[in-house]
Amino acid sequence: MDQAKDAPTAASSAAPAGRRLHPLPIRIMHWVNAAAMLVMITSGWGIYNDDVIIRGFIFGSFWRLGDWAAWSLNWHFAGMWFLVVNGLAYLIYGFATGRLREKLLPIRMSELVHTVIDTLHFKIAHDDITIYNAVQKLLYIIVILAGIAQVVTGLAIWKPVQFSGLVSLLGGFQSARVLHFIGMAVIVGFLVVHVALALLVPRTLWAMLSGGPRLAGRKEPHPSSGHAT
Amino acid sequence: MKSPFRPEVIPDKAVLDDHKPLIRSLERRGLIRGGLSLGSLAMLTGCDVERPDAVESALLAISRFNDGVQALLFDPRKLAPTYPASMILRPAKFNAYYDVTEVKPVNGESWRLDLSGLIADKRPWTLGQLQALPQSSMVIKHICVEGWSYIGGWSGVRLATFLEHIGADLRAKYVAFKTADDYPSSIDMATALHPQTLLALRYGDEPLADPFGFPVRLRMATKLGYKNPKWVTALEVTNTYPGGFWEERGFPWFAGL
Repeated sequence: MDQAKDAPTAASSAAPAGRRLHPLPIRIMHWVNAAAMLVMITSGWGIYNDDVIIRGFIFGSFWRLGDWAAWSLNWHFAGMWFLVVNGLAYLIYGFATGRLREKLLPIRMSELVHTVIDTLHFKIAHDDITIYNAVQKLLYIIVILAGIAQVVTGLAIWKPVQFSGLVSLLGGFQSARVLHFIGMAVIVGFLVVHVALALLVPRTLWAMLSGGPRLAGRKEPHPSSGHAT
Repeated sequence: MKSPFRPEVIPDKAVLDDHKPLIRSLERRGLIRGGLSLGSLAMLTGCDVERPDAVESALLAISRFNDGVQALLFDPRKLAPTYPASMILRPAKFNAYYDVTEVKPVNGESWRLDLSGLIADKRPWTLGQLQALPQSSMVIKHICVEGWSYIGGWSGVRLATFLEHIGADLRAKYVAFKTADDYPSSIDMATALHPQTLLALRYGDEPLADPFGFPVRLRMATKLGYKNPKWVTALEVTNTYPGGFWEERGFPWFAGL
């Protein structure tokens, strides 16, 4: 366990001096993704209305991008390029620099339980915004996987003949559609929590704009020192 | 689901009735004010509030780029999945830009298929002549751009066979169609030559029913539903982009599956 704990800190101490919590590429990719995600979600709601998945449930015009289906589709098929290219860049950057592993791993079960209990007691203060607690780590991993899943299910319903193998793997065209809808719901659920917490702890929002605190010279972080106690 | 904004205890109906005129007038005033400001905004910018011209042309440019990407993704040898005849939906699902009650049947006796463009033999075709060509069948999934789908069984003449028969220029870019219900459409030559692209004459074991395009319609396994015109009356082979009914209203042209 010690080695797993040391690996990320070794990576952060090897980083150039004065590196910020969110380097410029991360900030750019975060906000490009935020815009692309909003375009994909709200245009998707416009497409959804023409053949609803949940009987009786439609999205009102305020929530839809595109004044009718044709333009919602055009928004969706334009936004997808920004989402995919930016998402790929993020994953490559995250793996190449070790950021993903450094920020999101390891997740300890005991810490997860501890954080959930703390949160239920409304102890959600962030003393150190440079370290994610276990719940944050888990949520970020879930939303990254959900984003990847959306691209896969999206590809299946965009090109169900060219990728017919993928479609049958997903249980057919209609089930791929439902999975695409569920993936959206997961991401929207994440967004609600993510935005609410960013507004509750505005320092985190400011950090994603300005870069946040500098990491160099900081004491070796202990994985459990980040969350509120 | 119950809205969290609804009160736990429903107010007495009499209270609501008492205040109804006041609520009405408030709504009306809001509507007039909203309508005025929205209208003046539209006049100021000289364009649609929801879809400004610059945004519209950017989206259309990306849509044309996507047509190119879709053509690259299209594998002319890749066959769409097929299904057993027992899964055919009877009758087929009707969909058009008008209601099924407004369908105007076409007389199969007097029907002719007019040919134009890059075709060697442009003599019009009768239904009997088409029936005399080799027939193919396919049980395939119809997928609508709206999201719904069903399994249908179609028989008729492969468009590739027909195009060869009439001496069409198979290197041309487009095959365009005109129909009895004013629903122009067009496809790329690669899809026209795909083995699962038929000039369909039959559904299941029966001739096409009137609402589904009797006597002849286009049926492709590799394109969205709206690319399949019914009651085809004219076919043109061309290198000039012909567009189509929904394409002129903003929908993507290639629409490949």
